[in-house]
Amino acid sequence: MPMTITEKILAKASGHKQLMPGELIDANIDIVMCHDVTTPPAISMLQQHGLDRVFDPDKIVVTPDHFQPAKDIASAELHKRLDTWARRHRITYYYKVGRAGVCHALLPEQGHIRPGEVIVGGDSHTCTYGAFAAFSTGIGSTELAAAIATGRLWFKVPASMRFVLTGDLPAGVFSKDVILEVIRRIGTDGALYKAMEFVGPALAQMSMEARMTMTNMAIEAGAKSGIIGFDEVTRQYLAGRLKGKTEYTVLASDPEASYVSEDTIDCSRLEPMVAFPHLPGNGRPIGECKGLAMDQAYIGSCTNGRIEDLRIAARILKGRQVVIRTLVVPATPSIWKQAIDEKLAEVFYDAGCVVAAPTCGACLGGFMGILAAGERCVSTTNRNFVGRMGHPKSEVYLASPATAAASAVEGKLADPRRYLQEIEKPKTRGKK
Amino acid sequence: MPRAHVYKRDHINTDEIIPARYLTTDVEAELAKHCLEDLDVAFVKKVGPGDVIVAGDDFGCGSSREHAVWSIRGARVGAVIAQSFARIFYRNCINCGFYPIELPGALDKIGDGDQVEIDFEKGLIRNKTQGTQIKFTPLPDFALAIVQDGGLLEHIKKQEAGSKK
Repeated sequence: MPMTITEKILAKASGHKQLMPGELIDANIDIVMCHDVTTPPAISMLQQHGLDRVFDPDKIVVTPDHFQPAKDIASAELHKRLDTWARRHRITYYYKVGRAGVCHALLPEQGHIRPGEVIVGGDSHTCTYGAFAAFSTGIGSTELAAAIATGRLWFKVPASMRFVLTGDLPAGVFSKDVILEVIRRIGTDGALYKAMEFVGPALAQMSMEARMTMTNMAIEAGAKSGIIGFDEVTRQYLAGRLKGKTEYTVLASDPEASYVSEDTIDCSRLEPMVAFPHLPGNGRPIGECKGLAMDQAYIGSCTNGRIEDLRIAARILKGRQVVIRTLVVPATPSIWKQAIDEKLAEVFYDAGCVVAAPTCGACLGGFMGILAAGERCVSTTNRNFVGRMGHPKSEVYLASPATAAASAVEGKLADPRRYLQEIEKPKTRGKK
Repeated sequence: MPRAHVYKRDHINTDEIIPARYLTTDVEAELAKHCLEDLDVAFVKKVGPGDVIVAGDDFGCGSSREHAVWSIRGARVGAVIAQSFARIFYRNCINCGFYPIELPGALDKIGDGDQVEIDFEKGLIRNKTQGTQIKFTPLPDFALAIVQDGGLLEHIKKQEAGSKK
């Protein structure tokens, strides 16, 4: 019987030839991602239950990110627990402050994500890694503990939804706008329990960075995972980057595989999107909402804190001044260094932005850019729930780095297209 | 008698259940003080032991933070009854040994302040205020086994002990 890529990966991981949605499986885990908020409780649980062990020190990747560098005494204690444990078990890939970064940007960048594998992490946005033709999902601390100790977890095979992306992205419209449009259409529980599979010709024009922005937000539609097939873009990104095992298995959906739904998104018809408070599904085209006054712009996070995102923001900010508080947070130390090398940091400084060290920080209302009551922030992050970035009466507006940068310049929600019209489109993007 | 605290809302998310500003601790009693804080500041003052939370669809969406389940359990809530649950929260409940009750139409069947009694084994909610009996679909066997063992880690320990025999 034909299978989807998700079913094939889970079949391989659980020793089955064939799998159907709804089947319960016990799967081998290839990589377990650990950070500073959900891992310390998992460590304590393992110790309390007499299971203080790691299934494979090469397959657990550790980085503090949510509150790093430690924002207060309590978070310093969390980091200490994480550090003591990682050293005691001689975790091979432990990224300490200085090399630590936002986990979902760091793991792919450092070569820990391989196609065809099963990755779990104690963070809901672990679904990001599906951009690499892998099965990847977020888990809580108890399951994290179980995965660390045993290298196995139970899963219900998810049904798959197919999203066909066609057409060329117009200048000023990015993968962030595509995923905000998808979530607007299906709602924040529109993909509950399901795998969201993205296919179609528009993907060929998207870098791995752009693809990760989309799979990152699969959870915002309630999905178990998001996934994109392997192609030349994937192969090139991985070449020379993988740590440890360098070989991987490429699996692909069969043409006759069955899906519970199919949607087509014509990217050429999209406008820049802004998701209004307090749900990521509240997307509106910029034409319907520009002019709304903002107090802060935030460019960063596991959704849009990668080098490509900073380049896009810098293009708009170059030679201009921001008129509201604007925070630029490169997601990893190497992105941070690249931003300096490419003189993007200079552009941000000249424009009046603050450039911070890699951290999840303000995205989840942790630190480094918290909002006061009544304040509004245009943010390149993934969630705009009540109180997400600070006071319960503050508001978060989700957008692309281009829209956030244009809004920073105007002090209100702004259309980035007028700043980007001059940018030449690649030749492959010609209209059919 | 346990009472129902009804929130006629869908998508009650983990940021509302336990805001990230409290995630620097994993002590259940500390988390309990802030349970549902950004949804209803008064909740922790009015909740009694064994009381239940009743909500609409997609309860617990958002973050994977198990702190959400711990804060609810720490507030001595007996059960969460929702029309549907977000998947990570649902799994977290099971893995913590905290029974999530999925009940389509819950908001029409239970009113705020209703006195309710839950029989988990029979899959039955007795609404004493309205004089009704409401059936719910019990957890599937494998999930029930985890809950009955007191959570996933106890379940794994039991299985490992069993396989060594």
